Parts: sequence; C-alpha cells; structure tokens
Amino acid sequence: MFGLGTTNSLTMDKPHPSSLLDTGVQGAISRPFDRVDGPKKVSGAATYAAEYEFDNLAYGFLVSARIGAGKVVSIDADAVRSLPGVIDVVWDFKRFIRVAGQGGETKAPTQGVQEIAFSGEIIAIVVAESYEAARDAALQLPVTYEAGQGVFDLAVNRDEAYTPPDLVTPGHFAQGDVDKAMAEAPVSIDVTYTTPSQNSAAMEPHASTAVWEEDGSLTLYGAYQMPTSDASQLAKSLGLSAKKVRIVSRYIGGGFGSKLGIAPESVAAAIAAKQVGRPVKAVMARQQVFEATVRRSNTEQRLRLAANADGRLAAIGQESYVSNQPGEDYFEPVGIGTHMLYAGENRLISHLQIPVNYVLSGSMRAPGEAVGMIGLECAMDELAERLGMDPVALRKLNDASIDPEKGVPFSSRSLTAALDEGARRFGWKERPVARRDGEWLVGMGMASAVRGNMLMESSAKVEIHPDGSATVSSAMTDIGTGSYTILAQIASEILGIPVARITLELGDTNAPPAAGSGGSWGAGSSGSAVYLACEMLKDKLAKAMDVEADALTLKDGMAIGANRSVSIGELAGEGLEATGHIKPGKQEKETTQASFGAHFAEVGVNMVTGEIRVRRMLGVFAAGRVLNAKTARSQCLGGMTFGIGAALTEELYHDTRNGKLVNHDLAEYHVPVNADVPQLEVHFLQERDIHANPIHAKGIGELGISGAAAAVANAVYNATGVRVREFPITLDKLLAGLPDMK
Amino acid sequence: MHFTINGRAYEADVDIRTSILDLCREHLGLTGAKKGCDHGQCGACTVLIDGRRVNSCLTLAVMHQDDEITTIEGLGQIGDPHPLQEAFVRHDGYQCGYCTPGQICSAVGMLDEVAKGWPSHVSEDLAAPLLDDGEISERMSGNLCRCAAYPNIVDAIREVAQAEPEGRTADEKDAAMIGEVLA
Repeated sequence: MFGLGTTNSLTMDKPHPSSLLDTGVQGAISRPFDRVDGPKKVSGAATYAAEYEFDNLAYGFLVSARIGAGKVVSIDADAVRSLPGVIDVVWDFKRFIRVAGQGGETKAPTQGVQEIAFSGEIIAIVVAESYEAARDAALQLPVTYEAGQGVFDLAVNRDEAYTPPDLVTPGHFAQGDVDKAMAEAPVSIDVTYTTPSQNSAAMEPHASTAVWEEDGSLTLYGAYQMPTSDASQLAKSLGLSAKKVRIVSRYIGGGFGSKLGIAPESVAAAIAAKQVGRPVKAVMARQQVFEATVRRSNTEQRLRLAANADGRLAAIGQESYVSNQPGEDYFEPVGIGTHMLYAGENRLISHLQIPVNYVLSGSMRAPGEAVGMIGLECAMDELAERLGMDPVALRKLNDASIDPEKGVPFSSRSLTAALDEGARRFGWKERPVARRDGEWLVGMGMASAVRGNMLMESSAKVEIHPDGSATVSSAMTDIGTGSYTILAQIASEILGIPVARITLELGDTNAPPAAGSGGSWGAGSSGSAVYLACEMLKDKLAKAMDVEADALTLKDGMAIGANRSVSIGELAGEGLEATGHIKPGKQEKETTQASFGAHFAEVGVNMVTGEIRVRRMLGVFAAGRVLNAKTARSQCLGGMTFGIGAALTEELYHDTRNGKLVNHDLAEYHVPVNADVPQLEVHFLQERDIHANPIHAKGIGELGISGAAAAVANAVYNATGVRVREFPITLDKLLAGLPDMK
Repeated sequence: MHFTINGRAYEADVDIRTSILDLCREHLGLTGAKKGCDHGQCGACTVLIDGRRVNSCLTLAVMHQDDEITTIEGLGQIGDPHPLQEAFVRHDGYQCGYCTPGQICSAVGMLDEVAKGWPSHVSEDLAAPLLDDGEISERMSGNLCRCAAYPNIVDAIREVAQAEPEGRTADEKDAAMIGEVLA
C-alpha cells in the first residue's frame, strides 16, 4: 500500500519533543480559520458521491430482502424487465456483499446473498433509465424466499454468548480479584445498565456511482471515510487487483463510523455497471441505510465498583453483553475506556457476544467509550452518592497517575485539570440537592471524558509551485471534521505560505495512501504526514537558499535567512515536492495515549409530563495541540449532541419476530433537533503531546461524545431522584417516580 | 415541462413521478439541494417555492410549472454570497455540509415567516412573535444536522436577522477561542 520513493518517513518509536508548528511564524496553526471548503458547501457547489455527471448514466435501486433469515429461491426479473425505462435486473449471489465492511479492514466483507442473514439484506439491484423507473421496478420485483431459522430475540440466545477474540480492546481482561474486593469493601455498587442499538444516521445516505474504464479498471465515486482500505475491500469483493480500483470521496455528508468500510451499494453498482455497460449510480434509500449498513450494538453492562471509605477505588468491574451476526468478528468494545480512566487494583473488564440475526454491528462514533462510559460514569455517580462524596471529588481522587493495568505512563493526561476547569466555569459548587422552577425539576450532573488516541500509517504529498503556491494531496478525507482546513494550516505554518494559496486534493486513491477518517486518528495521522512532507520541503528551500534549515524563516511567501529575503516561488525553481509518511511505533506501547475531558449538564424535568430538557451543557477538553479552534470546537459540539441523543432519544427497535428494524427512518429514529440543543459551551486546555506525533495533537472527534450521555443522565437523577438504568431515558421511565406537584 | 428556477427558464422532459428535488438534482444539474431521506423528515432538500420553504422531496415537479422556485444556487454563489451563506461560514454553522443548503434556504423562508408575524409553538405572544434563540431553534427544527452545528446555526441566523438579545459575533467568538488555544 505504501510504495515510497524520496520520502520523509517517521516511525513514532521515540518522543518528538520539538515541532516546527511551535517554531513557525506564519501564525496559521491553531487559529479559528473559517473552513477552506466553506464557500463551496454553503453555495451547493461541493460535490458529494451522487452528484457527479456522466453521459449515459443509469440509475440503480437496491432490492432488500423481506425475510429475516433463510434463502432466496428465485427472482422473477422478467416480471419487471418490460416496465417502461427498466434496463435490467442484476444480482450476483456470490459476489454481492452481505454486510458492510468494517473500518480499516482490507479483506472483502462477508459475501453471498442467496442466504439471508438479516431483514433488509441487499439481494439485487434494478437498473433503469430514470430513478423513478428503477425504484418502481425494485419495489415490484417478485422474489421467492424459503424461510429459515434465525435468532431475533437476544434473550433467546443469551446462553450462546461467547468471549470474542481480542480486537482494539481485549475480549476479556482480569487483574486481581474483583469478587473478593467487592466482598471486603466498605462501600460498593453492583448495578446493570443497558443501552440500545443505535444508528450513525449521517445526513448523506450511502451512495456509489460506478464507472468502468476501457482498460478494465473501476472508478467508484463513493461516500467513504477510508478510501485506501475501502478500495482494497472493493477490489477483493469484485475479484480485481487493488491497482484496478480507484475510489473518489471528495466530500462526504457525514460518516460517524457508518462509512468506514464499503457498503452493499458499492459492489452492486459496480457489478451492475459492468453488466449493462454504462455508469450506474446507486443511492441507498434512508430505510436501506438503517437496515443494511451498520448499527452500534446494544449493550448490557454489569458495573461493579468497590471503594474504601475515603472513596479510593479498590475494584472496577464492567462485564458486558453485546451482539452481532453469527460469524462476524467485530464486537462493541464497551470497556475500552474503562481500562485507563481510573486507578484501582482489582479489575475485570469483559465482553460476551450474543449471535443474532440483526443488521451488522460495527463502529459508530467512539465505539466503546460512547456506551461504555454511560455505564461507568453513571455507576460512579451512584458510588459518589453512597459515599456521600462530591462526584467531581470522587473522580479526582481516582485519577490515575500511570496506566493502572500496563504500568506505563500516560503520554499526557489532563483529567483533573479538566474537571476543575469545568466545575469552575459551570458553577458546580452551587449545585443544590434539587431545585424547582415552576413545574420543572432542575438538576446538574457531570461525567469524565476519555477517548483513546491512535496513530495510523498515512502519507501525503506536498508540492511548492514556481508561483509560490502549494498543493497538498492525500487519500485522506474530510467528513466534516475539517481536514481540508487543518492540513492547509499545517502546511502554511511550516512553509510560510498563506492558507489561501494552498490547494487541497483529498479523497482520491490516486493520491498517496492514508488511513482516512475514523477513530479520531485523521488529524494526527494525516497531519503528521503533511508535517513530514513540509519538513523535507523546508530543508530543500534551505539548501536552495544556502542556509541551515533552522536559520531559515518562512513567512507570507518569503524565505528569510542570512540577511536575504527571497520569494519561496523563486527558490522552488521549477517546483519542489516531497512526500511525508508516518507510522505508529514503540511510543504507543511505551505510553498510554488518550484525550481527556469533563462534561457538565443541567436539565429540567417536567413534573407533569416527564419531559426532559437540556438547559445548559459545558465540556472542557484536552487533546494535545488544537489545530483549528473553530473546527475543533465544532467537533466537540457534535460529540456532545450525540451524547444528548444517546441519553434521551436514540434507540433502534428490533422486531423480535424477524429482526426487522421497526424505526428505520429519521421520523422514527430520533436524532437531536435544533430545539433539543441549547448553546453548548466548549473549552480547551492547553496541552502538547510529544509522544503522539510530531504535531503534538490527539484525536478530538470522539472525545465530545465520551461521557456526555452520562452527564445528562446524572443531571436527570439529580433533578428527580429517579435513577433510570435502561437507556435512553424517555419520559415513560420517569413518570412513575416523579414527586407530586405541590 | 417548463420551470422557472432561480429566475431562469428550464425545459425538461421528466417523469410525472419526479419530485422537485430529483428534477433539480438529476435533470438540471442543480445539486445544491440534498436528498437525506426522501420522506420530508430531514429538511436537507429545502427550497423556496414562491418564497415559502418547502421540502422539495415531497412535491412533484409537474405541479410547479408556474411557480418561482429558488434553490441554494439562486440565493448566492461563491464570490457573491447571500448574507446567511457568509454567516454560516463565519460561524461554522455546518460540518459535513450536506444539510447546509437546506438549512440556509429554510432560514430564509423562516425569517420571512417571522417578518409576516406568523407565530410558532414557542411564541409567547401569538400576535407578535419576537425572534429570540428559542424561536430560531424551534423554527429550524425541521432541518436535521447530525454533525450538530445547531448552536452555530442559531448564532449565524441571529446575527443576520439582528435578533435580540444579541449574541457574540463571529469575530468575538474567534477572539475568545484564540485566547484558549494559543499560549
């Protein structure tokens, strides 16, 4: 994947204490630049996957299986082929992918769609001259099924649960003796929390336009977060060599994990385009996005906390049930944040996977922490109450100075500082036991935030042109995170070229390979690749100027050194280019790396109706260097809002008779709307992480969701005295426990 | 069929089942309006028809041959933006950008509704509603934003509409952020 020529390569085996971002004088880094792609987005000129124009384009509409388990006996294509505008009905029982690919996977997802593993599986595609004709024929297409045995009720298959193989987190981890510590501790908590299946619900449905070139290669215009590994998934699914597949994803209408791997429309569009000899565009209907891409697994978490009388944790247990389709490796890594959040000698963090015939479970924003910290941080709130301690003080007391399991230091850790800063800004000290405001009960809650930091192999090319402008290219993507802007800022800071003179070419596998957007690794990984390319270019400029690189100042298009000032374009001659390449190394073993923060929320609960309104919410975050204060803040706003949704409204309902998703659209699956979200407050702490990467930045896109739902839930408890452990906290679960209004 | 979109006349030979949204996106090259759900649930397809905001996925093109249709492309363009387009950029009133054209068209229609004195669910005075943050949020709740730029969307609309009470301008927000992230 990473065939490299003259390249500046770095493996993060050692800390990288110096950074050109600290010595640059352009003043581009960290500043709240407006997004460079903003004018295009607000004027409708940004081109998303379904918006490329081709001559002779045909429209594909996917056909969904209408049973929950069994097999397809026959498809009566002739019944619809004669409908006006219909070109063909295409299916390939062997090569169509049954489920979406998982993030970063380079193999094909599970293929084969004659067997139906879940309701909504994509089994065929109807191709027509128009969207309307394709949709009509797809809905009319007669399909005969043979019903089979499936498991649609988690309770039924609970005994079949198994410990999944280790993934990003161990399936099972034990240290010390939690049972013994629980028995001996003066204060303990043993409670079970549940969270439902959820959907990322990115605003842009999954879409692919497949175009076969004359040389037998395929270009797929898709909505994909990780084009480099997605091209590999697609090539393997189709039986092509990876070189023959190009993915273009210049603008992506949100992902939140749902577009990490390829989804069924990609392979269907490619096979259909080949068969009809025309470009084919296949856009999933919203219902198909829910039914046939990925969900976040439901969880059942038993939390056990044992504490000494002073509040110091003696034991932490988080034993979770999660679910996925039989044969699928991915499991929701519920305990991933629990490993590193608090000290405590005895630890048991385990997962049991229940096989079930539901839509695939996969990564959704902050897989693990987003749900795992609901259990942990609500249980901590319960423990604080039992101890008679302030919840902030309990967390500070148990802040870990080193990784409590691996014994290695944290690369940087500002949990206590975030808790203090958040408490101060929010007015936490003034928290009353409960407050009345007319018919509203008002309460405050808080939670810690942690999200693991990852560095992923990535590369980027930077060119300086003779006119002094520059181009940055990489198969990195911008899914709304701000990649276009922060990569321009990094290049600008090091090269002294104004952001406005830097062109970004992202989202294309013709550019140098990158890990793409996922797991909050995008900025650190691709940002470091750009950094390394620019470092090499600075050396080249210094050589052309005949000065040492550290004696060269680059600013506003000019190179200044040895009492001379020369334009960068002139120094670049006919143009300069360099590729930067970053790889994870020993640092990720020698240090534990994570972003930290703290959430504070104030809610009102209506005493008559049980309606819950978030009145105020504040987050303080520390994630290394903030590359762009504006886009970083927006990432946190988004994460916190996902937390509000997880706490109060988001829940996928599986029909226990056939596994079908009962609420498969945006009217029935309730994501937060504007009126659900107050003016959220986001603050950052100054931090640099020299162990993470040369730009000293850590992930931020998922930090804002981690712990956010727990802060809201704890506020609901503080307001009402009703502890709901079955998420989301809907009003029906509160009503019976609310006090009479007097 | 014939249409008037963004002040320009179009002829198109389309299926009678074609929505305004698909007419624009698939036949006229106007891809600014987005398809998020095709069921009127998300608002990404919002356009203005005779000045009123409409979910263009829910209305058929054949019904609107004599109407004035305005899409995001007609409100303003790169280099010549509508004040709301400019404010969305300054306030970061978006992230992925997919719901954004719908948000902006919706905001234009919404501000006109307020100017006409139409009340909302949260209006205290049904005869003369005042545009505050609660009104903006309520009236913009038909436009989902999963990236959740809602606070910034409210800021952008408030600033353009000069609503009371005033909030922080984009410049003031920027200055506060610089103080936090730069040593």
